[in-house]
Amino acid sequence: MRSTQEYFSSFFNGLGSLLKGMSITLREFFTPKTTEKYPENRAHLKMFDRFRGELIMLHNEKNEHHCVACGICEMNCPNDTIHVESEMITTEDGKKKKVLTRYMYDHGSCLYCQLCVRSCPHQAIAFVPTFEHAVFTREKLILQLNHEGSHLEENKAETTGKSN
Amino acid sequence: MFDFTVVTQWVDEMLRQLLPAPLVNATEFVLVGICLLVAYAVMALGLIYAERKVCAFFQCRLGPNRVGPYGMVQTVTDMIKMLIKEIIEINHVDRFLFNLAPYIVIIASLLAFSCIPFAKGLEIIDFNVGIFFLIAVSSIGIVGILLAGWASNNKFSLIGAMRSGAQMISYELSIGLSILTMVVLTGSMQLSTIVESQADGWFIFKGHIPAFIAFVIYLIAGTAETNRGPFDLPEAESELTAGYHTEYSGMHFGFFYVAEFVNMFIVAAVATTLFWGGWMPLHIPGWESFNAIMDYIPPILWFLGKSAVMVFIIMWFKWTFPRLRIDQLLTLEWKYLLPINLCNLFLMVFIVVFKLHF
Repeated sequence: MRSTQEYFSSFFNGLGSLLKGMSITLREFFTPKTTEKYPENRAHLKMFDRFRGELIMLHNEKNEHHCVACGICEMNCPNDTIHVESEMITTEDGKKKKVLTRYMYDHGSCLYCQLCVRSCPHQAIAFVPTFEHAVFTREKLILQLNHEGSHLEENKAETTGKSN
Repeated sequence: MFDFTVVTQWVDEMLRQLLPAPLVNATEFVLVGICLLVAYAVMALGLIYAERKVCAFFQCRLGPNRVGPYGMVQTVTDMIKMLIKEIIEINHVDRFLFNLAPYIVIIASLLAFSCIPFAKGLEIIDFNVGIFFLIAVSSIGIVGILLAGWASNNKFSLIGAMRSGAQMISYELSIGLSILTMVVLTGSMQLSTIVESQADGWFIFKGHIPAFIAFVIYLIAGTAETNRGPFDLPEAESELTAGYHTEYSGMHFGFFYVAEFVNMFIVAAVATTLFWGGWMPLHIPGWESFNAIMDYIPPILWFLGKSAVMVFIIMWFKWTFPRLRIDQLLTLEWKYLLPINLCNLFLMVFIVVFKLHF
């Protein structure tokens, strides 16, 4: 008797679950599709915010960045992608100071782990969601991130020592 | 309603004026054969396109959309690719059987295809045991599949073919019994008569409960019969690479592929013919003007439209349900479908004897 009951209940349970599955897929059938028709929609295609396309150094409108050339990003990079080139200068009031000359980033060996951005004490670098990076030679993938003629943001340099 | 025999008779008379009598028949055979093959190929292309689009839409994608408008030329280019591909000679196969197998599959499918009544007067094979003939020839395909598996000299192919054999032989019972249920209601096995007798109401309405149960069982068994998901374990690409057609390449593989798709159409077309009135337009008693408008739609469109809905349901099955294990497959058939089918057949006989149908 019990097995008979089980036979019928399992039959109707199975039928119910099948119909439920079919209703879900039918709803999915009519939902808007997520496919991006890429080259056509290039003008208005927007990547999601968390997409890591390329490392950049943040500059403000006065062409100033936050990088103090500490080299923590370089040390954290698992792929040896970043090379921070700096020099020692003596300021007007006689202090010795390390200043960034070139921030080199090899896009070809970056694995987009974001460890550099996480470890940066001054939020000087960030990832942007650009994605059209194809070039013809590897040399073109080695990028200088600090803009030409940029320098450290002045007040930032004074306050960072206290805030951190 | 347009009767297609007008066209066929016109062709026949024209040929009789032009050619001597013995040649007329031969020419007509060739013409019918060409029409059939073209229709078969076009149907396969359309179905492959539809399958890819439907599958994509169920998975929240767009599917083919690059070649031609909405990607409609995609399958044509795929066909050209398939035609110019090399057919690779495999070393340790039984060459004769290996090369024979795809043709058996495609011939079985083509024979079944030719039984379908597409529109009024548009049917190639139509005689008093039409539906019986259809079941018989569609089962020949399994011989081709078994041969393919056996001749390939490959474990995957053999396992796939054996699964396919077990599956098709089991589900043939369900198909046969559900068709028998409808034959009990019609009292005829001739496909044209079956369609004609649905002029005053499709069988799904006329036969109400048993007809509906038979329809559901027919659809499940038909899906299994065509080796489509969720019953695609003869191919089961995750465990058997491609099952019985693992070793095939080029157009030999193409034949299996095309036959699978057209078999799906044949299952849908038979479901349309038996349950949904074939090419009969939808008539609602009392609504005269509505019925008149429905009569204006050509029967071929009615038939193809209804079949398209059936094909969509079969695709819907495939892209919803996970694949069954071989024991689950056989349990479904022998423990559930077969007893239900037998009870249903009895119910139908009861209804027909006591005239409880409409």
